[in-house]
Amino acid sequence: MAALSEEQRMIKDQASAWVREQAPVSTFRAMRDQDVAQGFFSETWQAMIEMGWTGLVVPETYGGAGLGYQTLGLVLEQLGRNLVASPLYASSVVGAAALMHSGSEDQKQALLPKIADGGRLVVLALEEGPRHNPSQIMCRAELTSSGVTLSGTKQFVMEGSAATDFVVAAKVDHGAGETGVGLFLVACDTPGVRRHAVKTMDSRGYASVTFNDVALDLEAMLAGPDTGQAVLEAVLDVATAALAAEMLGTAAAAFDMTLDYLKTRKQFGQVIGGFQALGHRAAGLYSEMELTRSCVEAALAALDNDAQDAQELVALAKCKASEFLHEMSSQLIQIHGGIGMTDEFDAGFYLKRARVLENALGNAAYHRDRYAKLLNF
Amino acid sequence: MTEQAINLDTFRAEVAGWLQENFPENLKGQGIAPFGGVEGDRVVEGDAALWRDRLASRGWGTPTWPADLGGGGLNHEEAKVLSEEMHHVGAINPIPLLAGMGVTMVGPTIMEYGTEDQKKRHIPGICSGKVRWCLGYSEPNAGSDLASLATKAEENGDHWLINGQKVWTSGADISQWCGALVRTDSGVKKRDGISFLMLKMDQPGVETRPIKLIAGASPFCETFFNDARAEKDDLLGALNDGWSVGKRLLQYERASQTGARPTSNKVSGSLQSLAKSYVGETATGELADADLRVRIADHLMHTRAHGLTIARITAEAKGNPEVSAAASILKNSATRVSQERAELTLEFMGHQGLGWEGDDFSEDEIEHVRGWLGGKAISIYGGSFEIQNNIIAKNILGLPETTQKG
Ligand SMILES: Cc1cc2nc3c(=O)[nH]c(=O)nc-3n(C[C@H](O)[C@H](O)[C@H](O)COP(=O)(O)OP(=O)(O)OC[C@H]3O[C@@H](n4cnc5c(N)ncnc54)[C@H](O)[C@@H]3O)c2cc1C
Repeated sequence: MAALSEEQRMIKDQASAWVREQAPVSTFRAMRDQDVAQGFFSETWQAMIEMGWTGLVVPETYGGAGLGYQTLGLVLEQLGRNLVASPLYASSVVGAAALMHSGSEDQKQALLPKIADGGRLVVLALEEGPRHNPSQIMCRAELTSSGVTLSGTKQFVMEGSAATDFVVAAKVDHGAGETGVGLFLVACDTPGVRRHAVKTMDSRGYASVTFNDVALDLEAMLAGPDTGQAVLEAVLDVATAALAAEMLGTAAAAFDMTLDYLKTRKQFGQVIGGFQALGHRAAGLYSEMELTRSCVEAALAALDNDAQDAQELVALAKCKASEFLHEMSSQLIQIHGGIGMTDEFDAGFYLKRARVLENALGNAAYHRDRYAKLLNF
Repeated sequence: MTEQAINLDTFRAEVAGWLQENFPENLKGQGIAPFGGVEGDRVVEGDAALWRDRLASRGWGTPTWPADLGGGGLNHEEAKVLSEEMHHVGAINPIPLLAGMGVTMVGPTIMEYGTEDQKKRHIPGICSGKVRWCLGYSEPNAGSDLASLATKAEENGDHWLINGQKVWTSGADISQWCGALVRTDSGVKKRDGISFLMLKMDQPGVETRPIKLIAGASPFCETFFNDARAEKDDLLGALNDGWSVGKRLLQYERASQTGARPTSNKVSGSLQSLAKSYVGETATGELADADLRVRIADHLMHTRAHGLTIARITAEAKGNPEVSAAASILKNSATRVSQERAELTLEFMGHQGLGWEGDDFSEDEIEHVRGWLGGKAISIYGGSFEIQNNIIAKNILGLPETTQKG
């Protein structure tokens, strides 16, 4: 772990204590068992608002704390550990980043404070097909003299069930054919917007959202075709690095559960961790975890510092986090034997969440390819 | 043509004719669904029951087993013809599924170790597809270290009294019989005081509690024996020789698991074409994701190598796939093939591979997810991946035994 500032240490300790005491995995289990439609408990969200996490990265001028992504990563990692379900990532990180990177001063003034105080849930509506592909957007925004008409369907929108507003990526059409991608702010109760919950294996609040000739004011355009692509990339960099931090936490908790079991489960008169086959596997996983942590921390730091190689580091972090979480969640089950397969035990939750996060915003293969592209080969 | 070939052709014609008369058209291509799906845990009715009974009347659910015990009495060539002809008309043999562990494991072990009386009492039921067997091996403290099992059986007049707890007993709640490993002597080395008992599940001393799995269904149970009874003559093999009987049964289990079945029966067609349908292809017809393409190719090559190895081992054993230590190699290799296939499929399905329920996902996609989850167990049951490697190291390679003593 990189050296933390006093403030960072306090935030990390607070997050770790809160997650341990107030948001154990049994809370997630209860949410799943009760089939909570919005995909999280309102009390969980309320607690996060009170701790100020919803405004963590929002600049102070807009009512936030203006802390960096490294600090945010500390919180997300703790949340990832216990699979805490909330819209914090989708709205207070990704939604906030969208408005921090685009929109007029008025729009920022209007929305960022609402994101920071948890009053509005602003989420990115990007994916259209089964695989992450931000360069192939089919949603269309037609610009007319009086406004914008938006149409298309967005799938797998994170926290789309509870969202109050969507930031929609769409191809802009000036009337003279399509140009670049733009970003559009759409309140969920705008006529023509329809959404339905999508039941995924991680029991979280995804939605599929359809925009049927939705009429918007011109101000709804947060970024036009000239800047849209660059803004989207910047938002995705933040979203991807932050997700990698959450994934690291999820994998680290899976590692700890596994290590604990290796030290306590006895067969053949000894703890199973004493079998070298398993000892070496744990050693290998531990090494991978350390490598992953370095990459995640470096990516977050690069975003804070506007580093030149930030994009490379983000691709690296997501790739490593995906690979490690993939292997770790599988081994969590394997090393627990029969118990690992039961729903009463938590391992299945980690496995299911792992595959969802691995796939989100591009899987390991996607980011290997992106890394190659960034290195120009 | 040789005499044998002529006989086989005659047999093929006979099978084809019989199928035409006896296989219910309704079941064509339905697979195992009418028989309760992968768990095979629903009451079999109507055409499904009719087909089960007709097949059993010829002994063709267990084609190579002796005819006088309810089997088909066929040789391996004839059995192959039967399965080809059934495949041809879209029929499946549901009896191995309906018998639980009966056809793949318990039956062969009874035929090897059982008395004439035991064979007569137990084999026909397995062949009928109406008597399901479960296996009571594992206990909370005896998983990989099976020899540490503590469930006790004591002689009590004309029967055995059994007390203790088993766990992970697949199908315990829907089985009629159980093959259980029990401790019959506590004063000797662990492996020398174990016996194999066969007992009825439907009796006051047996209680089962289904355990839900990560895939959602509850195919296995905790099983409690509280003064449960087994008849005196339902001891399989010699008293205190249960370890050899039980180990032999596990070899049959491994042998039955070498086929690398897909974890889901629904996703059909080649992996390559399915991948293309989600990922797309380049102008020259290659899978659009080059990284994934290489990994799928690697998987297909491993699948091929696995198939070739089964064929080679079978040929070397002259038609009888040997039930031996080689089964450990094949089990681990089969496990890798099916788990890898499931993971790759999940990956290329992207968001569509992450569904749990609802109309946003096709039936195939949902079934794939459930199968992928359930398939995580293949490397755990029947001797885990690690335990198979221990067996290979010790029994095939002659390396010193480091852990599995006692
Ligand atoms: C779906 C499913 C169905 C099952 N059905 C049945 C059934 O019908 N009847 C029945 O009796 N049992 C059944 N089992 C139980 C199964 O056989 C056991 O789960 C298995 O033997 C492992 O035991 P365990 O779960 O206690 O794990 P443990 O033995 O505690 O193993 C935990 C981990 O340690 C590893 N390990 C243990 N010893 C060693 C060693 N010496 N060297 C290296 N690694 C080691 C294991 O490989 C595993 O990864 C089933 C299990 C599952 C998952």
